[in-house]
Amino acid sequence: MNATFAPPKVGVVKLASCDGCQLALLDLEDELLAVAERFDLVQFPEATSRRWDGEFDVLLVEGSVSTPSQAEELRHLRARTRLLVAIGACATAGGIQALRNHLDERTVAASVYPEPAWLESLATATPLADHVTVDLELRGCPIDRGQLLEVLTALRVGRRPQLPNEAVCAACKRRGAACVLVTAGLPCLGPVTAAGCGAICPAFGRACYGCFGPLPGANVAALSAQFAAMGRSEDEIGRAFALFTSWAEPFRAITAGSAPILGHPDRAGPSTRDGEAT
Amino acid sequence: MHRTATEESVFDVRGMTRVEGEGSLSLRMRDGEVIEAHLEIFEAPRYFERLVVGRTPDEVLDIVARICGICPVAYQMTAVHAFESLFGVTVDPTIRALRRLMYCAEWIESHALHLYLLHLPDFLGYPSAVELARDRRAAVVEGLELKRIGNSLLEALGGRAIHPVTVRVGGFSRLPGQDELAALRPDLVRAVELARSTVELVATLTPPEFDRAMPLVALRSPAEYPMNEGRIVSTDGLDLPPTSWRDAFAEEQVPWSSALQARAADGRAYLLGPAARIVLAGDRLGPAAREALARLGGQDRIARNPHWSIAARAVELVHATTEALAIVGGYSPMAGGAGIVPWAPRAGIAAWSTEAPRGLLFHRYEVDAGGRVQSAQIVPPTSQNQAAIEADLARFAPAVIGLPHDVATTRLEQLIRSYDPCISCATHFLRVRLEDVSA
Repeated sequence: MNATFAPPKVGVVKLASCDGCQLALLDLEDELLAVAERFDLVQFPEATSRRWDGEFDVLLVEGSVSTPSQAEELRHLRARTRLLVAIGACATAGGIQALRNHLDERTVAASVYPEPAWLESLATATPLADHVTVDLELRGCPIDRGQLLEVLTALRVGRRPQLPNEAVCAACKRRGAACVLVTAGLPCLGPVTAAGCGAICPAFGRACYGCFGPLPGANVAALSAQFAAMGRSEDEIGRAFALFTSWAEPFRAITAGSAPILGHPDRAGPSTRDGEAT
Repeated sequence: MHRTATEESVFDVRGMTRVEGEGSLSLRMRDGEVIEAHLEIFEAPRYFERLVVGRTPDEVLDIVARICGICPVAYQMTAVHAFESLFGVTVDPTIRALRRLMYCAEWIESHALHLYLLHLPDFLGYPSAVELARDRRAAVVEGLELKRIGNSLLEALGGRAIHPVTVRVGGFSRLPGQDELAALRPDLVRAVELARSTVELVATLTPPEFDRAMPLVALRSPAEYPMNEGRIVSTDGLDLPPTSWRDAFAEEQVPWSSALQARAADGRAYLLGPAARIVLAGDRLGPAAREALARLGGQDRIARNPHWSIAARAVELVHATTEALAIVGGYSPMAGGAGIVPWAPRAGIAAWSTEAPRGLLFHRYEVDAGGRVQSAQIVPPTSQNQAAIEADLARFAPAVIGLPHDVATTRLEQLIRSYDPCISCATHFLRVRLEDVSA
């Protein structure tokens, strides 16, 4: 049998995350069985009891690296994988839990758990690319299932996935949604955020909160200045950036100086940064 | 007493599958007896209770959704009711109905996911729904269709099914147009049919034998099946407002665990979820769901055998689809079209409980005069169910531990899956130690 015609062996694994991005795969309801026929889903613990010790043609990894054993597991998985795809805001930008990267993780842990010493945790929650080579990134909190299907389709037929390289604003205009920044004066991150969601937030009456992360080359200074000119306080502007992709530059710099971080009781001193095991 | 010539062995199930999150089970045996059962959850801690400190109520709604990709609505609903209760916000009946509709939608997608994709393969002897579909494609396709309808409803209300964006303190950032919800009517008519055929499918299943009594806890409302409102009641006679979970329960840390386990004030384990709701609020089910409950053997069978939780989920699918159809049929957007009632923050304690798909979820926030969160406590259903799951495992294990290892593994995994544990929600690393369970 010619190996070229064997269905690619696909794995799905997770690190620190909410399971929502791998759920997007199960949410391909109408296409799920067709996908399962064209790929060999050798490991997907949320959905199947099958286990796999061999190599992966494609590995979808959800979640950020936030414990020493996750960092080690990721390196082992990388060594067994031809094409590693980071799925979602946690895997590509650290996720909401990366807010702790600006705080003192030990103090944070002590305020949630009576015995923080028993927890296995790194000081930071970081994207996969900080640890291993990542071949492809799917952004979003959660990822868009249409984009996921596009990537799977492209991989199956051997072409490059077509992913947008534009701001949420472009998708918003195509959707015909009223601009919430102009018409309602909301601090919308659409102009600096990567497209992919379909401009859901503006279409549903609220400001984009940047869950697909910064568009490369995004001019956040100009947008922040515009928010300020519209009468938005420094506090509000900082908050807008300090959410699900806050560890991705240039959102990271703004988050570091934002009220939720500066005013946080567990704010880190300058010496407690950078992913050391605790 | 001194034992001689003991032989210890450990029975491990590493990396449990078809559960949401990362966990393992370990049983320690001596001379053929189970002396220790560890249900370990090694999901990495993400410290949500601390991440929400300093944030505004609406930011909290966006942040806590990320605790769980499967039940984000439960987190948003619990938090929004907590804040509105403190701030004295009364929402329009239309908003109230839409929130109930949103919860129905989440129950539909979450129960359909668990019942068809995670749990049903156990009853029919398959490793996953993918293999099951090779032999019984129609059943899996129907399950996926039901799940899709739940998700479509969530998308209409919240913009997307995973981490919806519209829930705000005081209402919704956008109300659906009458035509948008009307367009979902045929889907919901179909969903009611699918839920009924789910009941017929479940009626053909035989659960593994297991009979035990466990205290059950759920919300109970005067007239409705519990979702966003109600009092906390139990089979032990508890009756508390939804703000007062801490009067009867506490999270504690045990010496052998880094987990916060919730237990009743007297230290007892208790169980939440569909089975608890069916037992404590079954008389609030709609007529079609009550009929389904009778078809599947009634409340007592669900109360006594945790494997039969699949019946509770099937009954709730009938209830949720039927009620969703009724809400959609009666919907008209509010006059004036404003989706949000004006509100002002106030200092105090914002607390509430709602019924997540997996059971009662409690939130408590200390809020300052500007509405900023000072501290938070979030108690997910799976954290509360841990002690009950472990107690049940200890009772059940002796019956299967003598079987071949792979058979015993499957049987134990099946029991754990029957609770639909959401380990991502619990986020805590858990370990339990049971001394001499055979005594």
